[in-house]
Amino acid sequence: MTVPSHETRNNNNNGGISFGRFWAMTIKEFIQMTRDRVTLATMIMIPVMQLFLFGFAINTTPHNLPTAVLMRENTDVGRSILAALENTDFFQIRTVITRAEDMDELLESGRALFVVEIPEGFERALRRGETPALLVAADATDPVASSSALGALSGIITTALANDRQIEFSEPTKPAFKVIQHRRYNPAGSSTLNIVPGLLGTILTMTLLIFTALSVTRETERGTMENLLSMPITPVEIMLGKITPYVLIGLIQALIIIAAGILVFRVPIVGHPASLAAITGLFVVANLSIGYTFSTLATNQLQAVQMAMMFFLPNILLSGFMFPFAGMPQWAQWIGEALPLTHYIRVVRAIMLKGADIGVLAYDTATLAGLMLVAMSIAVTRFRRTLD
Amino acid sequence: MTDPIMTVEAPETVIDVHHLTKSFGGRKVVDDVSMSVRKGRIHGFLGPNGSGKTTTIRMLCGLLTPDSGDGTCLGFDILTESDRIRRRVGYMTQKFSLYQDLSIRENLEFVARVYGLSDPRGKASAAIERLGLKGREKQLAGELSGGWKQRLALGACILPEPALLLLDEPTAGVDPQARRDFWNEIHALATEGLSVLVSTHYMDEAERCHEIAYIAYGKLLAEGTVDEVIAATGLSTWTVSGPEVHRLQQELEKLPGIDMIAPFGTNLHVAGHDEAALERAIAPYRDRAGLKWEKDAPTLEDAFIDLMRRSQDNFS
Repeated sequence: MTVPSHETRNNNNNGGISFGRFWAMTIKEFIQMTRDRVTLATMIMIPVMQLFLFGFAINTTPHNLPTAVLMRENTDVGRSILAALENTDFFQIRTVITRAEDMDELLESGRALFVVEIPEGFERALRRGETPALLVAADATDPVASSSALGALSGIITTALANDRQIEFSEPTKPAFKVIQHRRYNPAGSSTLNIVPGLLGTILTMTLLIFTALSVTRETERGTMENLLSMPITPVEIMLGKITPYVLIGLIQALIIIAAGILVFRVPIVGHPASLAAITGLFVVANLSIGYTFSTLATNQLQAVQMAMMFFLPNILLSGFMFPFAGMPQWAQWIGEALPLTHYIRVVRAIMLKGADIGVLAYDTATLAGLMLVAMSIAVTRFRRTLD
Repeated sequence: MTDPIMTVEAPETVIDVHHLTKSFGGRKVVDDVSMSVRKGRIHGFLGPNGSGKTTTIRMLCGLLTPDSGDGTCLGFDILTESDRIRRRVGYMTQKFSLYQDLSIRENLEFVARVYGLSDPRGKASAAIERLGLKGREKQLAGELSGGWKQRLALGACILPEPALLLLDEPTAGVDPQARRDFWNEIHALATEGLSVLVSTHYMDEAERCHEIAYIAYGKLLAEGTVDEVIAATGLSTWTVSGPEVHRLQQELEKLPGIDMIAPFGTNLHVAGHDEAALERAIAPYRDRAGLKWEKDAPTLEDAFIDLMRRSQDNFS
């Protein structure tokens, strides 16, 4: 073994960032990423799986709510209402009862979430032009489910009676009250439409945070950090080299989710796809930077994953993904403003559903970029070049 | 601090450090260690486990910051110019620290790229050939045997053509043939002007170094050539052979004037610092039937065990 005598080292710079060293790190990370086949497969499968789970399972417009009908009179009107309720997929008639005592028992046991009571003399009062009361008892422990169902209920009954039994209300052209619902951007009121952009951000946040959260601690735990630190590579080069391969993965994930959203859930992309790609790229890098920051703060992989989870939770709860942002208390909104997902969801919903241009969304885009830079600065400052 | 020589070419003294001290959790791991290594020399670094060898080496290449002390490595200040040192020093860690999930070629190419070498692929190919790993270059580093891992690690170390090699127990867990090959390579590299600081436990390896330094409990106890280190202990040694030398050991152990007894096969090494006292102590046994006494030169191992024992006394 001999040492080559010629001097071939590129003494290009002593400080600063070298593209060559950054690229060395990127290639290395990329090879390591592809070598771990199970993880790679998981990376691709997670978005698909979660999109389908969330997209189909989470639906704030509930269906097939267990319902009971308390029939105090056996009339055509009663049967008509019963049939109408059964015909909608909101309600599923579990049982028809005749005694009031059974009603409490059904609600308490949870066998019925709704009990519709058709009182005695309802049809007669109706035909006389009086305004008889139709009692609906609802289990309101899940307000989301009950309120939307309650909203639908009076409409269903009115239509049922008007169509099926030709019962004319006293003033058919002037109902006692009328609620006009104008659902913009989501005319069908489909929650999937709203959830898919949210899910895009949530899935990206979760998977990307973990990828980079493990990157530095993995080197430390495998003992390769000592060798890496003894080489002339700077913290910035290590960080960028470790982030870059996962940007590709993040964009592939985003592509899969958006494609599935279009094909399976019929989510439109009203805005420009380039805007969507740009903001998604920024969001991917921001999350990878934050994950990388955790990696420089944690001493082992378990700690890093826990930190990522601690960060992930408020992202889900306070970003406007699960609950309407405007409805949150002020302090929660402030926290929400500091989370990348909040800004991403706003921008993506605007681009996909409203057709907004990225220029209109300058505030959210700039904030996202700001959060990314803050994370990167912390990571580079926190990265220890010695083993002290 | 001695006057730093700010040139890329290695100066005559490649390592020149003074009063290095490092503590971890209140315990002094390295205590006032000064050391100098000349260009083109193989400097052996010896001492028991946990004596501070690794910590000292890490301070030399900028991986640890000394609590106090200063000095230069290749003419660069170890406190302020560790970036420059990193470029010119090849550090081989005690534990294999290349990427186990990368192939031999990928590891070497990574090193070549990080050091900014031109034609990383060509450099890696040349290194693979030198290492005798041709045809196995696609094998993952983690699948290699201990001896091959060590060869690969050395190959990666010398790839960027460093001026100084810091090798931390490179031959631990490697078979004798691989150890011999490894040392032949080290000597070949030194002949070409490379300086080497190598830590080891093995006496035969210590004897292959130009100079050695012995460290125990964080303190540098001896430094110099093998002969100088042995002479510095001031030991006189007798070798006694014959039947029942083990029983003799028990009898001799308590005698004043005898500082150290160690069995070597069927022989017994009896040593003391005061030659006259040692001879007085063994005089009654000299004529015992069946025993053969011979005045002997102390070995390096005698010297080290003596150094270690004396330092233990100081610390207990």
